[in-house]
Amino acid sequence: MSGILEISRLTVTLPTPDRPKPVLSDVSLSIAEGQAVGLVGESGSGKSMTARSIVRLLPPGARVEGAIRYQGTDVGGLRGAALRELRAGVPMIFQDPRAHINPVRTIGDFLTEALRIRGRVGRRQAEQRAVRVLGEVGIADGGRRLRQYPHELSGGLLQRVMIAATLLAEPKLLLADEPTTALDVTTQAEVMAVLDELRRERGLAMLFITHDLELAAAVCDRTAVMYAGRVMEVRASAALHDDPLHPYTAALTAARPSLERRADRLATIPGRPLSAFEAPDGCVFCERCPHVREGCRTRRPELRPMSDGEVACLRAEELQAASHG
Amino acid sequence: MAEQIKEPILELAGLRKTFGEAVAVDDVSLTLPPAGAVAIVGESGSGKTTVARMIVGLERPTAGRITACGRDRSAPPRSARERRRRGGEVQIVFQDPYSSLDPRQSPGAAVEEILRLHTSLSAPRRRERVAELADLVGLSDRHMAALPSALSGGQRQRVAIARALAAEPRILILDESVAALDVSIQAQVLNVLADVRERTGVAYLFISHDLAVVRQIADDIVVMRHGSIVERGPAARVLDEPGHPYTRLLRASVPRPGWRPTRKEQEKA
Amino acid sequence: MTVVSATLRAGRGGRGERGRLGALGMAAAGVIVLAVVLAAVGPILTTADPNASDITHAYGAPAAGHPLGFDGQGRDLLSRLLTGARTSLLGPLWIVTLSMAAGIAVAITAAWVGGWLDSVVSAVLEVMFAFPGVLLAMLVAAVFGPGLNAAVLALAVAYIPYIARLVRSAALAERRKPYIQALEVQGASALSICVRHLVPNLLPIIAAQATLFFSYAMVDLAIVSFFGLGVQPPDADWGTMVGGGQSGVLQGYPAESLLAGGCIVVLVVAFNLLGERLSEGRPTSRPWPWRRTRAVGAA
Repeated sequence: MSGILEISRLTVTLPTPDRPKPVLSDVSLSIAEGQAVGLVGESGSGKSMTARSIVRLLPPGARVEGAIRYQGTDVGGLRGAALRELRAGVPMIFQDPRAHINPVRTIGDFLTEALRIRGRVGRRQAEQRAVRVLGEVGIADGGRRLRQYPHELSGGLLQRVMIAATLLAEPKLLLADEPTTALDVTTQAEVMAVLDELRRERGLAMLFITHDLELAAAVCDRTAVMYAGRVMEVRASAALHDDPLHPYTAALTAARPSLERRADRLATIPGRPLSAFEAPDGCVFCERCPHVREGCRTRRPELRPMSDGEVACLRAEELQAASHG
Repeated sequence: MAEQIKEPILELAGLRKTFGEAVAVDDVSLTLPPAGAVAIVGESGSGKTTVARMIVGLERPTAGRITACGRDRSAPPRSARERRRRGGEVQIVFQDPYSSLDPRQSPGAAVEEILRLHTSLSAPRRRERVAELADLVGLSDRHMAALPSALSGGQRQRVAIARALAAEPRILILDESVAALDVSIQAQVLNVLADVRERTGVAYLFISHDLAVVRQIADDIVVMRHGSIVERGPAARVLDEPGHPYTRLLRASVPRPGWRPTRKEQEKA
Repeated sequence: MTVVSATLRAGRGGRGERGRLGALGMAAAGVIVLAVVLAAVGPILTTADPNASDITHAYGAPAAGHPLGFDGQGRDLLSRLLTGARTSLLGPLWIVTLSMAAGIAVAITAAWVGGWLDSVVSAVLEVMFAFPGVLLAMLVAAVFGPGLNAAVLALAVAYIPYIARLVRSAALAERRKPYIQALEVQGASALSICVRHLVPNLLPIIAAQATLFFSYAMVDLAIVSFFGLGVQPPDADWGTMVGGGQSGVLQGYPAESLLAGGCIVVLVVAFNLLGERLSEGRPTSRPWPWRRTRAVGAA
């Protein structure tokens, strides 16, 4: 399956005063046209770094190995204008829209600026297009909104403005880094509805980064679970959520309290989430895994195809047989 | 139902708070039974955090009455002794584990400081008690001796819980205390909270926006919106058969597999 | 020195201070330490009496036992520089200590109590800003007669608003942090919270500021002494020496003014550099990278 985005064996190392620290290792992931892929993980798992690698928004001095192909082009080779074009064509939205918008300029300035500079569109025409994209994200009175300032808009509304801004570049792929994490749950539902509709109407592919496995399962076609800079499991969202193959995915699902019933005790994972640079030899999850065997500590499992997806666990088949047996 | 026969350990009556023109909390009344666990659920701007801050004295109510352990605490304390006594009755754990601890003080010293403030225990007895509290929240001696910068978010939050429990308060307010934690750490802390309640009989006022977490920890739920209570009842009833449209909306907005997010087409300024 | 070591201790929670100071900062600290040591052991190094005047040696060239030569009154320059180092370092030290103590006390009280007291304090500080320190010191000298004590006191008062303003805003931010509020909720007294928690956590900022102010104080005090309103003759002081050497400059013997001025410049630059280095890391001196917080349901 050749997708709009192909990441293969991406390894990113950041320089630190002491020694280079790995943040991603051997990340492979593909996104098909129009597909939504969730990237789920705890802090330090490398999910944001993966998204940033795609548009090469990495800290200075970062060393990148492996390949990232967007529409067949290796983004690692892009420089100057070509890189700017990539960033414009693969827009990113963030957790905190307020940090990414100039507070002293109007929504109209923000939306039309890129069009008028890059697209060489006249003011009136640019504003018409801005009103149209605002309509697409469910903001009806776009004309009035264009004259407002960011502080006059609620967080949910501002996030929709950010989404509208990304549409102006007619993207095929959208990178969303925890775009609803700071929002209230009802506002989150609205923003997710907007994203969902846009994806369907425009055939937009999306990489959706979240710490919330349930949210990813709800809105993404496929979900990848990351831990310590590595992909642990990639599968169709529903299957991954209901019948996880990797012990880490299973542990994450079990640790989350349920809305339906109160558990006697939550199933916890001992220890704390590790970052790539702290990960042990062998399987990065071995120290916290309830199913660990001696082999897990010495051999690092590769991501390999299994049932409807991929999993990086030496004992996956065995565990699946046991749980279904 | 047996709980309702008992005298409530915390009672809020007609609580109101305004900031200038804005009404943050409007006519909030609720009771917390001894060793009970009541959750206040709501979104940002619902006033739930303001309620918590009024109970612990960080904000002064505009109107209404707060009674904890049978004593009124609606007005600021008149004496140092009164202030300490209130501190020994109601404690709070905040949301952010990273600024909840003095960066220059080890957890052990922080807990010991509270013991010195509230008790007349001897130094060896204080050290024993610190160890007991550390054990209660699942921290090792090594953790208690480290500086906060060496601890993870979950560990810090457990320190904050241990510190809050040091004076053996009857009421512990948890203001979004697990919201900033990773899922696997959140589960550990929620289990710790369940253990602590069972072993010490402390009552929880649990403030959260996360309905699944609330279901796990609370017996009763109070739903707040725009500063007022819109619904209350046993947790299972409120979550399974929400009565108020807003509670239903909250419930329907929680993502789950097969969930289709919906647009309400509501336009707010 | 006390300032530097306090900061080094304060920094133990985070990464090492040495890394933050860098080579330049360490060099600056080295210069300061050297100056302090020389000022302390000066009398041992030179046998000449700094105040012994021998007019036959006026503007005399370096000679055996007098490696820097003599000033216009035939006094040994080296021993005058070394004794001058004492007043030139002790004066600013007093200024910084007094103004810091007063400024911090005022700022913390205003920030903690808030309300009308804070407003009154802020207004008074605004008024005090209007008085330049040097002018105030000269005014005091004019009224009470010249002398080091009067100048030190006047400059200390003039520095208070600058210190108070900085500490007040830092204290306001710090007292809103949950760890301080948790102690308030516990019922701890304001005094104990401030002394045991608030001020120690402001110490890195305070130390950086104190180091910077030390260099300002040196310059200001030198100016006052230059005009003859600070340290009184025959006592040696670098500022006085720059002023006293004026006639020598005119007669083609600039050694006294140049040497004393050079000492001031080197130390001022050193204190400035160290202060800059200490304050540079401040905003990022949090012991751990700030982690995002999830959905804030705060009301």
